[in-house]
Amino acid sequence: MYEFVNFYLIPGLVLGSIYALGAIGVSMLFSILRFAHFAHGDMMTLAAYLALPVVVGLGLHPLAGAAAAALMTSVVALGIDKVGYQPVRARPTIVSAMVSLGIALMIRSAIQVGYGVKTQSYTTGQITPPLRFDWLIVQERHIWIIASSMVLMLAVHLLLSRTRAGKAMRAMSDSAELAQLTGIPTERVVRLTWVVGASLAAVAGVFAAWDTFLQTMLGWFLLLPIFAATILGGIGRPYGAMIGGLVIGLAEELSTYPWLGTEPLISPGYKTGVAFAIMVAILIFRPHGLFKGRVF
Amino acid sequence: MSPDQLYGFFLYGISLLTMGGIYAVLALGLNMHWGLTGILNIGIAGFFAVGAYTSAILASAPHPVHLGGFAMPAIFTFPAAMAASAVVAYGIARICIRLRSDYLAIASIGIAEILRLVVKNARELTNGTLGISNLPRPFDWVPGAGGQLAFLALVIVLVLGVYWLAERARTSPWGRTMRAIRDNEEAARALGKDVDAFRTRAFVTGAAFMGLAGALTAHYLKFIGPEATDPLLATFLVWVMLIVGGSGSNKGAILGAFLMWAVWSVSEILAGYLPSELATRAAFVRVFIIGFVLVIVLQRYESGILGPRRGES
Repeated sequence: MYEFVNFYLIPGLVLGSIYALGAIGVSMLFSILRFAHFAHGDMMTLAAYLALPVVVGLGLHPLAGAAAAALMTSVVALGIDKVGYQPVRARPTIVSAMVSLGIALMIRSAIQVGYGVKTQSYTTGQITPPLRFDWLIVQERHIWIIASSMVLMLAVHLLLSRTRAGKAMRAMSDSAELAQLTGIPTERVVRLTWVVGASLAAVAGVFAAWDTFLQTMLGWFLLLPIFAATILGGIGRPYGAMIGGLVIGLAEELSTYPWLGTEPLISPGYKTGVAFAIMVAILIFRPHGLFKGRVF
Repeated sequence: MSPDQLYGFFLYGISLLTMGGIYAVLALGLNMHWGLTGILNIGIAGFFAVGAYTSAILASAPHPVHLGGFAMPAIFTFPAAMAASAVVAYGIARICIRLRSDYLAIASIGIAEILRLVVKNARELTNGTLGISNLPRPFDWVPGAGGQLAFLALVIVLVLGVYWLAERARTSPWGRTMRAIRDNEEAARALGKDVDAFRTRAFVTGAAFMGLAGALTAHYLKFIGPEATDPLLATFLVWVMLIVGGSGSNKGAILGAFLMWAVWSVSEILAGYLPSELATRAAFVRVFIIGFVLVIVLQRYESGILGPRRGES
């Protein structure tokens, strides 16, 4: 029992929170701009590196690093939107998806040029002992990651349901033309979506690096499970993305638990395949996702 | 310039053309998917891997770990590689072909990553990360540079063959239907065309070409390992080739492949002259340029070098 909770359930929740934060952004961007944002993962990597001077240099808490990274990544995302996506906004959205592939390569290689490919870590040298509650052993950072992800998801919920901006976003997600006709400043909504999506991605990136270590392929490996979570939750459904992220994260971790006998159910080498397998199954049997998202 | 240097340049030219030709086959396959049909396939690496490993397993000598020992000649293993890729593509098409563009793109990249996981983990099949080595290269028995020249000739013949097939497909009534589906799916459906069946056929054919390119690469390098199926080289570089050459045009696909491979390969050599610290960074600058070219061409030069202009098909 304690093994299951300590080594499978809690890591699953941590991974799920990270996926959920990424998936909310992908889902919102898809519902507003109508394209799959393939640079989302590499934006997360960038954020993790941007937090490096704050966490290691200034010696601040990784949460402060996440906040700083969210700010910087939002600025970067707005800049990329201006030079990258705005020029092709009028063209079929598939062009934007392909541009985002190019942007992904550019972000990643820029990081590799700037920081090199050596893995780095936020916690150099010091090992914080895990907290113990009787048989329950949990890393302090895991509590931070899960708790702050919950807070952020609540914030997204409040933004969408209680504010004018959130209402405008929902209107635009239903129909961009109608939203524009009713006088909603659509370009401003687009910019707000980038800020929200990039900030969540930044926090997720910093969390992922905090939980493991920092390397230039970090975000690329997160990207596909995040897409899986987005599709599982139903595209354009931020709440679905939260559930989807948690489900994918838990499924990946729990799939290696020895459910039958003593061997892991699925060899750890195929762990990342679990997310894709769920995604493919969802695409076949329930393309709207669990929460009736849209199919374009 | 000494004769030795000249000979070195000559050999380098051969290898440049050979790899360029292999990439031309990949780009022609992608043009079948994207240019002709509008299928956004970003899982090229998956079909490439299936072809490469099928041919490698069938052609390899007996080995204690991985499957092999059939020692078949290329004349059997190349068609087998194409068939294997086609079969895998058919299975994927049955599931995914009805999905719309972005979904299909995500599914294709997911499936390619699963295939790459299998390649890395199924040691009894692929020898895992160590890869399959000592593969026979056709015409290797010809002395001197003759073997490499003969292999280059084989590649060129295959490029021309694939080009001929792709061009036949494009200009045939079948190709016209494909373009109709690409440009207006509903209209094509309303005219009674079985859209999914047409798309499936194009998907399977293009994947077979990609499998052939995989097999050619494995035998040319005499080795296939998981790194060769890295999405950067096996997927994104091919995309840039097609976009630069002009998607929709088979000639453009071939031109783009040779052109971008030359840029990629020569820039690697130039980077080699830099001090070692800079050289590792220059390798990433090349990746940056690939991304940059992709974005700029998509934004500014929609039709690439030889692609159809707006309004013509």
